[in-house]
Amino acid sequence: MSWDTQRSGAGPVDSELVSLDAAELARRIHAREVSSVEVTRAHLERIEAVDGPAESGVHAFLHLDADGALAAAGAADRAIADGGPVSPLAGVPIALKDNLTTTDMPTTCASRILEGWRPPYDATVVTRLRAAGLVPLGKTNLDEFAMGSSTENSAFGPSRNPWDLTRIPGGSGGGSSSAVAAGESPLALGSDTGGSIRQPGAVTGTVGVKPTYGTVSRYGLVAFSSSLDQIGPCARSVLDAALLHEVIGGKDANDQTSVSAPLPPVVEAAQAGARGDLAGVRVGVVSEFSGEGYHSGVLAAFTDAVRVLGELGADVVEVSCPSFAYALPAYYLIAPSEASSNLARFDAMRYGLRVGDDGEHAADEVMSLTREAGFGAEVKRRIMIGTHALSAGSYDALYGKAQKARTLIVRDFTAAFETCDVLVSPTTPTTAFAIGERSDDPLAMYLADLCTIPSNLAGNAALSVPCGRSADDGLPVGLQVMAPALADDRAYRVAAAYEAATAGSAAGPRIPELRALETSR
Amino acid sequence: MSDITRDDVAHLARLARLAVSDAELDMFSAQIDAIVDTVSKVGEIPDDVPPTAQVVPQTNVVRPDTVEPSLPRDVVLAAAPAAEEGRFRVPRILGEGA
Repeated sequence: MSWDTQRSGAGPVDSELVSLDAAELARRIHAREVSSVEVTRAHLERIEAVDGPAESGVHAFLHLDADGALAAAGAADRAIADGGPVSPLAGVPIALKDNLTTTDMPTTCASRILEGWRPPYDATVVTRLRAAGLVPLGKTNLDEFAMGSSTENSAFGPSRNPWDLTRIPGGSGGGSSSAVAAGESPLALGSDTGGSIRQPGAVTGTVGVKPTYGTVSRYGLVAFSSSLDQIGPCARSVLDAALLHEVIGGKDANDQTSVSAPLPPVVEAAQAGARGDLAGVRVGVVSEFSGEGYHSGVLAAFTDAVRVLGELGADVVEVSCPSFAYALPAYYLIAPSEASSNLARFDAMRYGLRVGDDGEHAADEVMSLTREAGFGAEVKRRIMIGTHALSAGSYDALYGKAQKARTLIVRDFTAAFETCDVLVSPTTPTTAFAIGERSDDPLAMYLADLCTIPSNLAGNAALSVPCGRSADDGLPVGLQVMAPALADDRAYRVAAAYEAATAGSAAGPRIPELRALETSR
Repeated sequence: MSDITRDDVAHLARLARLAVSDAELDMFSAQIDAIVDTVSKVGEIPDDVPPTAQVVPQTNVVRPDTVEPSLPRDVVLAAAPAAEEGRFRVPRILGEGA
């Protein structure tokens, strides 16, 4: 079935609608130039055209709720028609990573152990975006329990990068990044434990933000590594990410790690940055993020981005963060340790899968059989590594030392932010790699998060903004901007200035040819 | 190498309640050995560095001790693998004849 014929009688799809930024969609919806229902329908049709089949399409979505989306869109249209105040993103569609609980859609974490699970409550971020009138389209694919850098660890098959369907869309939030890049949704939510929003953003040419730890509630985010996990926005522009950030952020009594500090003024910062003046902003280039393992095309695009920041008036200096060498080892001890504890809740008793309940097996055997059948290889690996790192004989040498490494990384950031307002680096060492290229080598896969992990360990804000394409392979490259905790606005200002300065240049376009994907089916 | 053996992985799997297969034991023992070897780099860090467990400068966050509505029982049990008489039904916990 072709793109045009399946829309019998409705006329050609307005492919413009599925390539517009959320801010522009909101403006048109609120001015009643187009309805939220029309915008939502255009995105549902786009999903229909490019997302399947699971074996060869973009495969960004694990679950689609067309009826629910159209109902929410209709409600937004009525609120707008009534003339009352509506939130800045009311009526705009959004996709949700499938580790966020939703009462009206399944939440699987891309795991067999939660296949079909209907949570009894909404995540706080979902409650907030519903209240703001956004339109949830469905749930997006991820590496199982957000453990991975490619979505290849999804129990339901990988998502594909819209720039090249043979390549990974990043991970763990590759469903959200590919949905945004492919014009299937203007916005998405992700979760970032070691780079799972930023790295997918970088390799798909989209914007991804990890807010300061504690500033967006984790209530209803299925826990992977609780001291690192942070929900954040995925978008096609810095301003769109900021608008979504303000919808989801802020204190929540249901999350004990939620901070009381006011949310940084990220929308204002994105608007100010777009005016293009970075005079006096001190930008630190982290010298450790280059060298072996980095693609020359990635480094060239990054160097050019730093040049642009200088032309915008920023004072660029080089800084050294020697303890970042411990970030990857520390992360792959801390995250599995916390995961081994968090995933103990999947005990086959209260929800999810149960295997072997035949009257012959006792509860602990049912537990073991269920977890064996329900978890994929990477999840089992991490649970066992965490179990090892926390065991009596290894705790001091592994988990204990990883916590000390975390202290050194925090100190390096603190020192760097004494002389710099923001730090910059490539978001990832390489562009999108081929599906299957690293799936049998966990350590090679882990390297994809080399540049993003330090900000999770320290809890500071960091984002990825598209910075052109690699001369090596023509694939998108991301510029990472890191800011101190609770100074997310600085990262938005710098990223928005860079984005504005490069609009229409080699740094764009930010989404691939839309038609090309349709004919690739 | 970190000297993680096949028996060590079998022990970890038992602790973690994972009924892994023999083929998985072969695969996981090689992979986990290599990963633990790599992450052991943190051993270079001096002992006198204080640990950081989390980065939010607040402790002992509690809500007011007041009764608030819980999730409805039927809603919670609807997601259970097995329920009976308004409760979770679980497999026997003790061994045969206990």
